[in-house]
Amino acid sequence: MPVRILKKKELIPGQTVLLVLDAPQIARKSRPGNFVILRVDETGERVPLTIADRDAEAGTITLVFLVVGKTTAHLATLGEGQDILDVCGPLGKPTHIEPCSSVICVGGGTGIAAMHHIAKGHVAAGNKVAVIIGARNRELLLFREELAAFCHEVLVATDDGSLGHKGLVTEVLKARLEADKCVSEVVAVGPVPMMEAVAKVTRPFGVKTTVSLNAIMVDGIGMCGACRCTVEGKTRFACVEGPEFDGHQVDFQELKMRLGQFRPEEKDCFDKFRCRS
Amino acid sequence: MPEQPARERAGNFREVTLGYTAEDAAREAARCLQCKNPPCRKGCPVEIDIKGFIGRLREGDRDGAYRVLRETNSLPAVCGRVCPQEVQCEGACVLGKKGEPVAIGRLERYVADSFAAGNGCRQSTGERACAAPREVRVACIGSGPASLTAAGYLASLGVAVTVFEALHEPGGVLVYGIPEFRLPKSVVRRELAAMGEMGVSFRTNWVGGKTITVRDLLDEGYAAVFIGVGAGLPRFMDIPGENLIGVYSANEYLTRVNLGRAAFPGYDTPVCRGARVAVLGGGNVAMDAARTALRLGAKAVTVVYRRTKGEMPARREELNHALEEGVRLELLANPLRYNGDESRRLTGMTLERQRLGAPDASGRRSPEPTGETFELPVDTAIIAIGTRPNPILLESTPELRLGKRGYIEVDPASGETALPRVYAGGDIVTGAATVISAMGAGRRAARAIARKFLGEDAVTA
Repeated sequence: MPVRILKKKELIPGQTVLLVLDAPQIARKSRPGNFVILRVDETGERVPLTIADRDAEAGTITLVFLVVGKTTAHLATLGEGQDILDVCGPLGKPTHIEPCSSVICVGGGTGIAAMHHIAKGHVAAGNKVAVIIGARNRELLLFREELAAFCHEVLVATDDGSLGHKGLVTEVLKARLEADKCVSEVVAVGPVPMMEAVAKVTRPFGVKTTVSLNAIMVDGIGMCGACRCTVEGKTRFACVEGPEFDGHQVDFQELKMRLGQFRPEEKDCFDKFRCRS
Repeated sequence: MPEQPARERAGNFREVTLGYTAEDAAREAARCLQCKNPPCRKGCPVEIDIKGFIGRLREGDRDGAYRVLRETNSLPAVCGRVCPQEVQCEGACVLGKKGEPVAIGRLERYVADSFAAGNGCRQSTGERACAAPREVRVACIGSGPASLTAAGYLASLGVAVTVFEALHEPGGVLVYGIPEFRLPKSVVRRELAAMGEMGVSFRTNWVGGKTITVRDLLDEGYAAVFIGVGAGLPRFMDIPGENLIGVYSANEYLTRVNLGRAAFPGYDTPVCRGARVAVLGGGNVAMDAARTALRLGAKAVTVVYRRTKGEMPARREELNHALEEGVRLELLANPLRYNGDESRRLTGMTLERQRLGAPDASGRRSPEPTGETFELPVDTAIIAIGTRPNPILLESTPELRLGKRGYIEVDPASGETALPRVYAGGDIVTGAATVISAMGAGRRAARAIARKFLGEDAVTA
């Protein structure tokens, strides 16, 4: 059954888009950390997108995506009132939320949107939540105001220093962990190199570190194993056993390689789409 | 039965076997002895009245023959194509003792196809389809052969059935697993449309255990829930290099091509078009994957199997089709590791030569390692060594009792699980098996559901 787009907002023009979808059943069931698989139209590819927010009463879910290839570019052309052919979810295991803890949530780029839902879940459970968000400049920082509204603290890092710390989120994180010994968990969602760097920073502090892996998926329900990752030396399926895993145990090198496996096909498909539109 | 020539068909996705003409079918039907006590029916997991449908066909009553098929089989056009008839109905045929058994599967296919061609929307079957609608609602989770059979049976009794499918198209393994050249998707769609006309409704993108749970369905007023979610997760061998780029599960490879239409112009789903492909395993899925790889343009496709040809679980017909099309066999070989380059792309496999030892629990002789190793250069490897239970629905329904291997335990006669009003059948109960055995389980459960919720009188067949 097609799913209607109720609201669309370009968070970063030509780059990052927010969609609010009319999906009551998914909204009712979704928890922080869940994702959906969608297919824009009949010839489209199934792609996973993390749920950035939900409103169970309104029956809506929010998706935020970066235009990186054909599917996301096509999705970005759709407007309010238009339909996405297939949206399936909520998929994946929800974030494990340990009560009575002090958590730092780190988000980079579009990952801030997915991290937002996780931070919200921690706050709802009564946890103390500080978030650290980073981007190239202040214009690219997503969800800053939303996060400030419910998190205990919002720390910012920008590459150009236009807001907050000039530099990387990992530098802010390191300083924080040195000063604050009460942190029980760090959650990181963002580009793979960022999550890898976060895990590297937290390791000497011995802080539990959770990362959300954006592996390639086909069905999203454990049928195919396209999303397999190595965690603690064992093969795990990100779609049904994840997408969140212990960041200190993930083979990020393998993840990066596997994410690039269809790059020529993806580029070709994107090029053809751009020529047509 | 006429077929596309091997060389030609290995380059296209059109159906390999072409089906009977009316003359072929009449000639074949005339061979049937119309036995007093036909053993063929006992060989059929859904108990088709084989003598009856062939009898009608002999009288030239094709529509009547179709009605007989549909009395017990919701998917005759599918079964006529993918059932292992040689070990079921045809295996039991009296004529088979001395010569060729009656080609029951081909006749079934002929009747289903020609009826559909001539009748279009009237396909939605015999009188029982007109059964008065009842208040009873039943939910089926999954839309493969087991669920479809349960749904078809119950709908024919007037039950309102809703089928919940996790993927974007209903059909389960018939859609994502079995390739177009063996079971055209148009045939599956036709059978599904016929079920739609009987009143079965389909909801796609609904994941049982995620979008909706078994408990939700019971709470929403469904009298019973049938779980037919299939076996699920692909098995890997846990050997080095298995996550290299170019190593696929057969499920992934086939789903990309069959459901995602990866090979078809205009579709976005990518798939690796390897030049040198190895397929690990000796079953029907391995044959499907190997023959798909050929059609995607592979120069060399090798099926690697650790026993010999005689122990292969694939149907002879499938194996022979694969060999005719140019698939090679590497028998008595078992992979030790996958080897890759610096960008973690697969470049080859290291295999170990096996020899056959004593028979194992399944009666097949077990392979034993010899210590002799050799290399097979490949850029794609497809692992088709079976599946294990999918955890999604099971984790969300802790009340179900599971067996040692993790599959759902049911009462063998009714298919009822440890959770009252919840039934299960097909691969999620037995582990990976055939389309028709799943259909048999769907039918048993549907019959038990009908007895319980409609009364003994409602159950006719």
